Amino acid sequence: MSTTLNVVTSQEYKYGFVTDIEADSVAAGLNEDVIRFISAKKGEPEWLLEFRLKAYRHWLTLAEPDWAKVDYPRPDFQKIVYYSAPKAKAPKYASMDEVDPELKRTFEKLGVPIHEQAALAGVAVDVVFDSVSVTTTYKEKLATVGIIFCSFSEAVREHPELVKKYLGSVVPAADNFYAALNSAVFTDGSFVFIPKGVTCPMDLSTYFRINNKESGQFERTLIVAEEGASVSYLEGCTAPQFDTNQLHAAVVELVALDHASIKYSTVQNWYAGDKNGVGGIFNFVTKRGLCKGKGSHISWTQVETGSAITWKYPSCILLGDDSIGEFYSVALTNHKQQADTGTKMVHIGRNTKSTIVSKGISAGDSSNSYRGLVKVQPKAEGARNFSQCDSMLIGHTCSASTFPYIEVQNRSAKVEHEATTSKIGEEQLFYFQQRGIPAEEAISMIINGFCKDVFRELPMEFAVEATKLLSLKLEGSVG
Amino acid sequence: MLSIKNLTASINGTPVLKGIDLEIRAGETHAIMGPNGSGKSTLGKVLAGHPAYEVTGGEVLFEGQNLFEMEADARARAGIFMGFQHPIEVPGVSNASFLRLAYNKKAEAEGRDELDPLEFDDFIHEKIKVVAMKEEFLDRSLNEGFSGGEKKRNEILQMAVLEPKLAILDELDSGLDIDALRVLGDAVNKLQRADRALLIITHFPRILEIIQPQFVHVLSGGRILKSSGKELALELEERGYDWVLAEAAAGGAR
Ligand SMILES: Nc1ncnc2c1ncn2[C@@H]1O[C@H](COP(=O)(O)OP(=O)(O)OP(=O)(O)O)[C@@H](O)[C@H]1O
Ligand SMILES: [Mg+2]
Repeated sequence: MSTTLNVVTSQEYKYGFVTDIEADSVAAGLNEDVIRFISAKKGEPEWLLEFRLKAYRHWLTLAEPDWAKVDYPRPDFQKIVYYSAPKAKAPKYASMDEVDPELKRTFEKLGVPIHEQAALAGVAVDVVFDSVSVTTTYKEKLATVGIIFCSFSEAVREHPELVKKYLGSVVPAADNFYAALNSAVFTDGSFVFIPKGVTCPMDLSTYFRINNKESGQFERTLIVAEEGASVSYLEGCTAPQFDTNQLHAAVVELVALDHASIKYSTVQNWYAGDKNGVGGIFNFVTKRGLCKGKGSHISWTQVETGSAITWKYPSCILLGDDSIGEFYSVALTNHKQQADTGTKMVHIGRNTKSTIVSKGISAGDSSNSYRGLVKVQPKAEGARNFSQCDSMLIGHTCSASTFPYIEVQNRSAKVEHEATTSKIGEEQLFYFQQRGIPAEEAISMIINGFCKDVFRELPMEFAVEATKLLSLKLEGSVG
Repeated sequence: MLSIKNLTASINGTPVLKGIDLEIRAGETHAIMGPNGSGKSTLGKVLAGHPAYEVTGGEVLFEGQNLFEMEADARARAGIFMGFQHPIEVPGVSNASFLRLAYNKKAEAEGRDELDPLEFDDFIHEKIKVVAMKEEFLDRSLNEGFSGGEKKRNEILQMAVLEPKLAILDELDSGLDIDALRVLGDAVNKLQRADRALLIITHFPRILEIIQPQFVHVLSGGRILKSSGKELALELEERGYDWVLAEAAAGGAR
């Protein structure tokens, strides 16, 4: 690409500032004492400490997975800080007034509606800063209909029976290397419980922010929707800009009982490193939803634009008969970013349906892979899957790969897979320019057209954000 | 309006245009004919600012401005339009939203009001009548799956939306059926004004009977070998290009 395809992607990362606040941290490194420290800090019950220690001991026996198409220096797990919290007088903020003003300013800069007034827009927000949850808005209002929306630590204190019942029920502590690590050292996250028959009256949202240079972020999210309940949950993330890599290894578990529905949307914009691949977040996340009940419905929508390395496969276990799993994904990589992302749809119940729509966009020298598994087990009579995986290349130094795995053990199942690869070429851009449209706007228009089927699934404001974010991320890739 | 002086250009290091001189004044219609591979499309793309072509010499002024100091999109907004010989397909981008963005970019540049989707809807419905295009084409992806003739119709629709000062139409007639050629030729004629100009690239005299040029030029081997009135088109149709080449070789060019 001679002149037009090299200038649009070098926009500076605008969330790359560091907040200067005193943090309460444990020394770097991992051993059983550190785990005991975290557990004690949080005043956890004995069974949870046991859960952690068991996970840790199992983790020690595991090797880091190497099957993904990503290449990176293995993190030194002894150099990571496993607990870092903004310092406060009391272990828990009683009100917003106690929150460090620096921290409040950070969230204002990020545009998180932390104040209840600002949240009038109608989104309830839980904010997780390094290791602890800072505030949860709208809690009381939601409580009147029986909804629990709080930080994970608070859930452990206030609703231990619910946490005990569901924690690890979808992603067992021994599931994989990063899930085991998370189970051992997770610090905070969000907890959502929607009781029987309740439709959550507003979108729930969590905002994750890594601030500390050496800290890893290991959050844990658990969402349970009882019979007939429904909820839409949004997750946003940013991190400051450092020239070292930070590790983010989260676990998200969703449980949907009979006829319940959970819609989980993510716009991920962790710091991706600079143009030369220095710094950036390593994002190794295990997200899984269990469609436990009959006719239950879990839908994942993700827009992945950040991180140096992304390793992430939000999945659905379709256990209940007639249950539905969906995965809508846009993954954009630029410069030296590497993403290996996709989904797993495991059909166990009868007449279960799944839909996969994946759009991968690669620019610069990046590598972008879709990896998906559709598995139909012997009893999944009448199971259906449709997968659409499209890749878009911008320039000629990036790469896109698709790894679809299909295992069908029931003959009545129907599995369809379609894939395309296209390229934003010089001729397309010239066509737009010849009609008076600058190259950057042309790319943005082509990309939005490409991602339409996924953006449609996002809540309105999120879709607008995502559109802007993609354009921003591609600024400079055309020249 | 457009003044080309000793223009030379190459692609991938191979010279294609080897010294073009051409003067186009407001109100005029020029036709360029010539053998395959002689550089006709190249001339159009160089004027429009295609990044793959390297201008190696000469000068082009558009309304007194040095064209080569402007990006392709700026040239378009300044009023240069190229109807492509092979319009490209853009999946996922609706024809209507593309047209609106193009219209608004130009409106913005000219300090006119931009049109919101509803206003544009009214506007575009008048325009599609001019080129007798069916409404459903507005909602389809830009040129995707359009037939050859439908793509050409879409090019002229864009021209009608943008109302350029100088339109370069590269083989508008190729791929068009007889009725479509008449409709689109008439549409182009309706858009022609005293302060606008047309450059028609073609192989056949038929289109030049609808869009009548005052000047016909023969481009061959990257040079304009002969320029004359409209009757030259018919003479070429009858006699081919060999005699023009021979005449030029004998030193009788122009
Ligand atoms: N990208 C390219 N790489 C190499 N050569 C090229 C390229 N584009 C054009 N050319 C060459 O430049 C010359 C002029 O091409 P151009 O398309 O301008 O011809 P034309 O007069 O429009 O022909 P036609 O009547 O067939 O449309 C041809 O020899 C062609 O092969
Ligand atoms: Mg041509």
